[in-house]
Amino acid sequence: MDNGIDRRDFLKLTGLGGVVFASALAGWPGLAGAAAGEFHFVQLSDTHWGFGNPKINPDSAGTLKKAVAAVNALDQQPDFVVFTGDLTHTTDDPKVRRTRLDEFRDIASGLKVKTVRFLPGEHDAALDAGEAYQQFFGETHYTFDHKGVHFIALDNVSDPQATVGEAQIAWLKADLKQIEPETPIVVLTHRPLFDLYPQWDWATRDGAAVIDALQPFPHVTVFYGHIHQEHHEMTGNIAHHAAKGLMFPLPAPGSVPKKAPIAWDPAAPYKGLGFRDIDADVGKPSFKLDELPVVKA
Amino acid sequence: MRLVLCRLLVVSLLAAVPGFAHAEQTQVIHIKAHMFAYSPAEIVVKKGVPVTLELMSIDRVHGFNLPDFHVRATIEPWVSTSITFVPDKVGRFIFACDHFCGDGHDGMSGVLVVVE
Repeated sequence: MDNGIDRRDFLKLTGLGGVVFASALAGWPGLAGAAAGEFHFVQLSDTHWGFGNPKINPDSAGTLKKAVAAVNALDQQPDFVVFTGDLTHTTDDPKVRRTRLDEFRDIASGLKVKTVRFLPGEHDAALDAGEAYQQFFGETHYTFDHKGVHFIALDNVSDPQATVGEAQIAWLKADLKQIEPETPIVVLTHRPLFDLYPQWDWATRDGAAVIDALQPFPHVTVFYGHIHQEHHEMTGNIAHHAAKGLMFPLPAPGSVPKKAPIAWDPAAPYKGLGFRDIDADVGKPSFKLDELPVVKA
Repeated sequence: MRLVLCRLLVVSLLAAVPGFAHAEQTQVIHIKAHMFAYSPAEIVVKKGVPVTLELMSIDRVHGFNLPDFHVRATIEPWVSTSITFVPDKVGRFIFACDHFCGDGHDGMSGVLVVVE
C-alpha cells in the first residue's frame, strides 16, 4: 500500500461503512508484492442528474454534490473514481441532454481525485446511440490497467435494445487474448450482464456471450449499476456487484407488482442512496466493498 | 360423395399437424404500445390455448418482452407484429418494454394473466 496505514484497520477504527462482501477475487497468484500493490477506488452510480420529482428526492439538485463532498472527505483518497452510468436522467431534447451532461461533468470535476472514469447508462446514451455522451466523455468502452488489475469498461446501453453487440464482443475477445490467465479482471458496466430480472429490464440481451468470454479467467469481478441497490451474484466463478444509486432507490427485484422509485422517507433522508469504496488488498489477497452513505447519520 | 370424402381427408390430415387442432381456438389479442404504456396493460388468457399477440406501436419503437414464456418482439411504429405462443402455466406474468424509449420507459409494463 502506498501509505503507511492499513486501510482495513482504518475502517475498523473509524467505523465508516461496513465491510460487506469478500468477493471471488480471493487468491491472486503472482500478484503479491510491490508490483501489484494495494489500492482502493470508489464507484458512484446512477446519479440521474436532471431528475425532478420532490416526492422521490427533494434534494435532487444537491445529492450528487453531497456525494462528491463525501468522497472528498474520505481520509484516504481513492486512486480513482468510476461512475457506472446513468449520469443524467434521460430527455428527448438533445439540447437538454447536453446541458445535463455538461452540468454533471462540472459537478464531478469537484472531486479531489483527478482520475475519474465514466461509463454511460441507457438514460445518457440509448436515445442517440451515445452521440452526446461521447462528445463529453469519449469512448463508451475501453480498458485500462491499474497496479496489476485489468479493467474493462463495457457499453451495454448505447443500443436501446440493451446489447453489447457483436463488434464490442469481438473487441473484448481480442483484448482478453492479450491477458495472462491469472490476471485479475474487473469489468465495469451499467446493466447486469446476467439475467437478474428481465421482467423489469434488468438484463443485457447478449450478456451471456460476455460472460462466456470471461468465464475461462479465474479472477473476474463485475461492478455495475442500473438497479439502484446493492446486489451480489455469482455466475460460475464471476462475481457481480450492483451499486446503490445517487438519486432514488428501487425495490428488490420482483418484490412489488410494478417497478417504481421508492419514495423519499423524511424520517430517513437519503435512505437507500450511497456509494461504494472498493478495497483491493492484493497482498492478502482479498477484495472488499464498503458501502458508504451520502451523508453520515 | 367423393367431395365429402376429400374434405374429411383434408380435415383429418390437418388435425394431425401439431398446433393446427387448436388453430380455430387461438386467442388473438391486439396490444397497442405507446409512450409509456401498453393498451390493454392486463391480458387474460387460457392455459394450453394458443395466443396470438398482434402488437403495434402508435408513436416510436418499443419492445415487448415476456420472459417467462421466452416471448419478445421489437414493435415498430404502425407496423403490426405478430407473435404466437402457448401459455403452459397459470399465474400472473409481467411483460415489459425492453427497447429504451424515453423518460417513462422504466414503468412501461403489463401483466399476462393465465387461467385454467
